[in-house]
Amino acid sequence: MPDKPRPLFASQEFALSEAGGAPRRSAAGLWLLRLIGVAAVLAVMAPILVVVMSWGSAQTEVWQHLIATQLASLLFNTLVLLVGVAILVSVLGIGLAWLTVMCEFPGRAWFEWLLMLPLAVPAYVMAFVILGVFDFGGPLQSFLRLQFGQQYGSMDVRNALTVIIVFSLVLYPYVYMLARSAFLSQSSDTTEAARVLGCNPWQAFYRVALPMARPAIVAGVSLAMMETLADFGTVAVFNYDTFTTAIYKSWFGFFNIQAAAQLASILLLFVALTLFAERRSRGGRRFVQGGRLQHRYRFAVKPVKAWAMTICCSVVLALAFVLPVFQLLVWAVDEGVAQLNQRFFELLQHTVLLAGLAAAITVFLALVLAFNRRQFKRGGFFSVAQLGYALPGSVLAVGIMLSFTFIDNQVFIPVQRWLGMSPVPVLVGSIATLLAAYWIRFLAVASGPLESSLERIRPSLPEAARTLGANGSELVWRIYLPMLRPGLLTAMVLVFVDVMKEMPATLLLRPYGWDTLAVRIYEMTAEGQWQLAALPALALVAAGLIPVVISIRRSRH
Amino acid sequence: MHKIALLFLATLVLAACGNSEPPAAKGPELVVYSSRIEQLIKPIFDDFTKETGISIRYVTDEAGPLLARLKAEGENSPADMLITVDAGNLWHAADMGILHAVQSETLSVNIPPALRDEQGRWFGVSIRARTIVYATDRVKPEELAGYEDLADEKWSGRLCLRTSKKVYNQSLVASMISAFGEEKAEQIVGAWVNNLAVPPFSNDVKVVEAIEAGQCDVGLVNTYYLARMLVENPELPIGLFWANQGGEGVAARGVHVNVSGAGITKASKHKENALRLLEWLSGPSAQYDFAHLNQEYPVNDKTAPSELINQWGSFRADTMPLSEAGRLQGDAIKLMDRAGYR
Repeated sequence: MPDKPRPLFASQEFALSEAGGAPRRSAAGLWLLRLIGVAAVLAVMAPILVVVMSWGSAQTEVWQHLIATQLASLLFNTLVLLVGVAILVSVLGIGLAWLTVMCEFPGRAWFEWLLMLPLAVPAYVMAFVILGVFDFGGPLQSFLRLQFGQQYGSMDVRNALTVIIVFSLVLYPYVYMLARSAFLSQSSDTTEAARVLGCNPWQAFYRVALPMARPAIVAGVSLAMMETLADFGTVAVFNYDTFTTAIYKSWFGFFNIQAAAQLASILLLFVALTLFAERRSRGGRRFVQGGRLQHRYRFAVKPVKAWAMTICCSVVLALAFVLPVFQLLVWAVDEGVAQLNQRFFELLQHTVLLAGLAAAITVFLALVLAFNRRQFKRGGFFSVAQLGYALPGSVLAVGIMLSFTFIDNQVFIPVQRWLGMSPVPVLVGSIATLLAAYWIRFLAVASGPLESSLERIRPSLPEAARTLGANGSELVWRIYLPMLRPGLLTAMVLVFVDVMKEMPATLLLRPYGWDTLAVRIYEMTAEGQWQLAALPALALVAAGLIPVVISIRRSRH
Repeated sequence: MHKIALLFLATLVLAACGNSEPPAAKGPELVVYSSRIEQLIKPIFDDFTKETGISIRYVTDEAGPLLARLKAEGENSPADMLITVDAGNLWHAADMGILHAVQSETLSVNIPPALRDEQGRWFGVSIRARTIVYATDRVKPEELAGYEDLADEKWSGRLCLRTSKKVYNQSLVASMISAFGEEKAEQIVGAWVNNLAVPPFSNDVKVVEAIEAGQCDVGLVNTYYLARMLVENPELPIGLFWANQGGEGVAARGVHVNVSGAGITKASKHKENALRLLEWLSGPSAQYDFAHLNQEYPVNDKTAPSELINQWGSFRADTMPLSEAGRLQGDAIKLMDRAGYR
């Protein structure tokens, strides 16, 4: 974000100088905008504050122990994982997006949307599928040993490379979706100009298209990295220890929630600094689009190359989607349909309902925050709202639980007592709190696509509308929202799918009986019953496909 | 875009309803926080409700978050009972002061003293034995003895273990600290690590699968995991050996057992009914369910284990009080970290 604000609705003075009733409404609207924005930021800050406040007491014993034994190797593992995932999701995401947008090859129209599907596969599901298939005792290596003797197929796949691949296969769609919509909205004028000026296709990509798509790509890659950094479940399947391992060890092992929170806040600081550094390095550069948006001139590719592209896409799709779905199907068929009872459909219903509501709220708030950031001086303040995503899920869940319990204990319970009612916590265990947990966690996910499409709107456009007499709300409804539509859709899909997969906050904050598919998967895998987790996992993937497919069909026309 | 606005409105309405969801049934009700999963507690709760007319609402989660929630809610907590696995978690719950001490003749008769808190704050309701499993085609049972004997060089490159992050291993090592003292226990664990065929696994099922696949020959698991796998495949070439049954002194201390257990919360407003539930959990109907739903051992010796696990015969259990394992859990983790046991 540039340092200088570029007001969305022009300056307030300007608005006030206009004639008629519109200016006042516009000013009131701005105040409402700001109010909602500030409230959202405060809500996100509450659990973060709980975590940061842990520094109030020294936990030297745990720290000394960690430093003496594991901390160095944990940091090293985390770094390897982060760098590996960043590289692989970039290569996969940007590469595939560029291919499907700019080149013509057999099956391109299909791959365009098929390649988004792995988004619906939760990382922890991918982890136990990959381990199940490729492990020493799994079908592949057993087959190799049987066919070719013991020396073949005796590999332990539980290493850094496998973990990186697992994360990348499920996280590359973040980059792919964002980079794709960035490439799509680049007018072909730009690349054509590059070609006319003597660039070959590779140079046109590297020197023009890529830098212009930078905000989108950075948004996608940082989402993938934050998810990796905060993950616990997936790395646990491989017993690959990362920084979160130390957090969980302090908490579940030493029952030292303070030390756990202190460790988590270091994670937070790291993410905050990275985000800040990226913003600074982007500086005041603008990424607006000129020219007409009617695309599509695609590079004609020689048949050999075209088929190579088809094969590339097929391999990624096979590993990231076909394989896990196939394996889950095999397990599910093995276990039979006994699970498919009334309760199962309840789980499905809860999952979709919660994800839908959460997606709507999250995207709405992300939009408000994005507008705030553009409209006001010191808009960077509103970026704080993205930090919820940087904490490990269960640390954030506990932070939210603690802050809402605080309100319960300080406000609702005394009021209930005063009214002579029997005191019951109102917030914790309510749907409202669970939804709040979701949007606090996933605001960053919605902000990525929204901001990168907001950046591409030329300031002259709203200015022109303004001169033609449009007021603030007309600007929103007639300029911004229609132009942001692809970004809004992407944001909705990402949040919907992420909420469906979310485990720790759902577990801790759900109302009685509001179990979801993710809860069922947790319960099964917690007992080591991977096969029984297959059916809920399949249902989760299937439900996740719905919004993905809808958004694809919408983005077509 | 109007649709989004509508959805948002609908959300607000729903959110406003919030907690006011009407209770499932009129009449007495209990709230349980459980880290035992739904499939393993619901049948027992259903029977209790049928018998007593007291309905039960519950949330399931891991022990850590549930304890944090109980502590934060304090006296306002709606929870009447905590059900969790592992003595370490129960000990910490008691230590945090969120459990209410009860005295009950029924509980004292049904549950052996080593498997419950001295002050009556928590009670074990099912036993989970952690012992040695081996590949029947590569290991003779005569070669095995106790946990500490897996430190012997002859097991070099033949041992499989689950991660030290799992509380079952932490309690097992705590029991060895109690038996041998910290220094000797650390030597044993260090030798285990040297004997590992492959890095530790994320769960017990993977350990058994690795032995089956020939990656290693011996391992340590909770018996119900093996029992479940035997239900799926009765031909599984895996044997079970009861550790530390023979020999002298500490060598004969018996198999390390742990519990899943329950306690009434201090905040409970329905302590009488909660006690009824607790006693029900130690009674014949619930004990039968614990034994058959998940192939665990009943705490109540009047209830027989399932036929499947009866084939392993009876065993002598380590009589170290489980609260000791809870107290030593932190030391055990540190010890394992120092020994390089991941």
